[in-house]
Amino acid sequence: MTELLSPALWMVLGAVLIPLTRGHLRTAVIFTMPLLTLWSIWQIADGVAGTVSFLEYPIEPVEGSPVRRLFATVFALMAFLGSLYAFKTAKWYELAAAFAYAAGAIGVCFAGDLITLFLYWELMAIFSTVIVWCGGTPGARAAGIRYAIMHLLGGVILKVGIEGVIVSTGSIQIEPMLAHDFSTWMIMIGILINAAAPPVSAWLSDAYPESSATGAVFLSAFTTKTAVLALILLFPGEPILIGVGLYMIVYGIIYALLENDARRILAYSIVNQVGFMVCAVGIGTEMALNGAAAHAFAHIIYKALLFMSAGVVLYRTGKSRCTDLGGLFRTMPFTTIMGIIGALSISSFPLTSGFTTKSMISQAAVDENLFIVYMLLTAASAGVFLHAGIKFPWFVFFQKDSGLRPKDAPWNMGLAMGGCAFICILLGVAPNLIYELLPYPVDYQPYTTYKVLFYLQLLLFSGLAFFVLLPLMKRTETISLDTDWLWRKLGVRLLLVMESTAGAVKQRFDHFGVASARVGSYLALRYLGNPHAEDSEEKSVFSRSWTIGTTALWISVLLSAYVLANYL
Amino acid sequence: MDQHDNNHWLVRASTIRLLWIGGSLVLGLTVVAQIFIPIKGHFGTDDWFGFGAIYGFVVCLLMVLFAKGLGFVLKRKEDFYDPGEPIDGAIDGVIDGAVDGSVKGKSESSSDPHGDDT
Repeated sequence: MTELLSPALWMVLGAVLIPLTRGHLRTAVIFTMPLLTLWSIWQIADGVAGTVSFLEYPIEPVEGSPVRRLFATVFALMAFLGSLYAFKTAKWYELAAAFAYAAGAIGVCFAGDLITLFLYWELMAIFSTVIVWCGGTPGARAAGIRYAIMHLLGGVILKVGIEGVIVSTGSIQIEPMLAHDFSTWMIMIGILINAAAPPVSAWLSDAYPESSATGAVFLSAFTTKTAVLALILLFPGEPILIGVGLYMIVYGIIYALLENDARRILAYSIVNQVGFMVCAVGIGTEMALNGAAAHAFAHIIYKALLFMSAGVVLYRTGKSRCTDLGGLFRTMPFTTIMGIIGALSISSFPLTSGFTTKSMISQAAVDENLFIVYMLLTAASAGVFLHAGIKFPWFVFFQKDSGLRPKDAPWNMGLAMGGCAFICILLGVAPNLIYELLPYPVDYQPYTTYKVLFYLQLLLFSGLAFFVLLPLMKRTETISLDTDWLWRKLGVRLLLVMESTAGAVKQRFDHFGVASARVGSYLALRYLGNPHAEDSEEKSVFSRSWTIGTTALWISVLLSAYVLANYL
Repeated sequence: MDQHDNNHWLVRASTIRLLWIGGSLVLGLTVVAQIFIPIKGHFGTDDWFGFGAIYGFVVCLLMVLFAKGLGFVLKRKEDFYDPGEPIDGAIDGVIDGAVDGSVKGKSESSSDPHGDDT
């Protein structure tokens, strides 16, 4: 029976215990639950652990496989490091929500059937919304509502697809499929909404930067990467995903280049990085899927590290806009170094986790002879260095002297960042540690002299381009329009137009009502008479007393007409 | 302290000049090294001499120019969606009970976060 219990339940238990405990006991709960989850994840054997019947469907709450364990491992790891980062400053309800959110992500990892997957999927949607709300500002509340609507809508689309697949195939199994009919398209769209794919990528950069300094660390880890796992399990080799992924890659770079808010830059770069993974799933070979999984693992850690360093800055200064920041390296050397390590990793600099994992995706494109895809991925690597690798640390920690002299990170935040940075470098210098955990056997050598040289040329000259073009990248206190304009502006305007049109129509109706009431009352007075008026007997037609003869005449006329009409 | 910080060794003109010289040397080296370490290309074009360097520089140039051009169309004031709302609302959110007094940038009054999670 216990084999049917998902490791996610440890996190659920943690989420329940956090509000019930206090002080050191709560701290103990916060640290032990992710570790217990991690232990539990590695107890799960490959294959379906067991089946329970629910509404005649064979539910498989736990199914193990290397790729599922890999994602669950990094989720649990992130829950631990995120908790370490957050436990001293975050409110208890933010931590509890983060645990429930992580539970959803880990639950999805081991879901053996579509129904279980959907339940955990919605758990994530609900509690990630709570984390956005924990930002505490009016902006966060509004963004949280938009975020919830988007994810609940995604959930509905996913559910429609799942129902369709169940009806057409009779199976609720999670197995590879291609988007070939309405139901499978709906499933893929539902998943892609969570992956921040176009045309709704804007939900991510809208919501994540509104969360608290600690909340963004959790948000950056789970939702999009769970979607990547779902794509790996359900749509490997779906060619549309290559185009979707490439679009996300370019979108992320361009919007990050335009952006002023440091945390929004990081949000855009999530879309960019997830684009690499989506593209890899689209390529669909063993090398590509290995690359997607490995890159997801590495990305979760270095993106968390970047959000942690930006979070420390927000926590210490209350600011996250590049125009307000700068020169923080003077008093925040540790956070600066951590931010730089994260930035180098995301740029796939040699000796970091980004290099050993992301280059597998490029290799997969080479293996499949996809020239344009390979060139675009290579261009994107240069672009990542430009928008995240240099732009983020440069504008936050260097550029001008903003005059801010904040203290460096508190010990727990520093420790969490140190842990993430350690993993980034560890996976960069000892890539076999992650290669052994990948779904397929790895026959790939990341470090060859010429490859390192090629990437050094590519990245360092992108760096040169950044500094040469710096005058063109002067920060402005602006935001950039995105597709969310459609529902934040156009939608609101349409509503206002509809409201005013409906108002005008109502006014017409009211006028018509008044006019018809007048006519009615005139006719009533004319023919029925006013019972309260003294002279009604004289004025009205029907209330007048008629003579018997007149009445009989009318009756005979009407009856004749009736008989005539009947025979005609 | 501030006086000293303003003249941090990393922001001195001499250091910046040294960094440019050092950087240029490293850039040059990565290209020159290709004479000794031939890059094995995958598609015939990517093993040209200095291809990585030129490609990296040119695509970044194009991306920056493209973004700049797009910016003329897409950029809006920060209060575009919520006119009348304070932009720096984030600070209130951090202060809003979640981390009472822990935002140091404005007050610089206390040194450690309270860390009270109750």
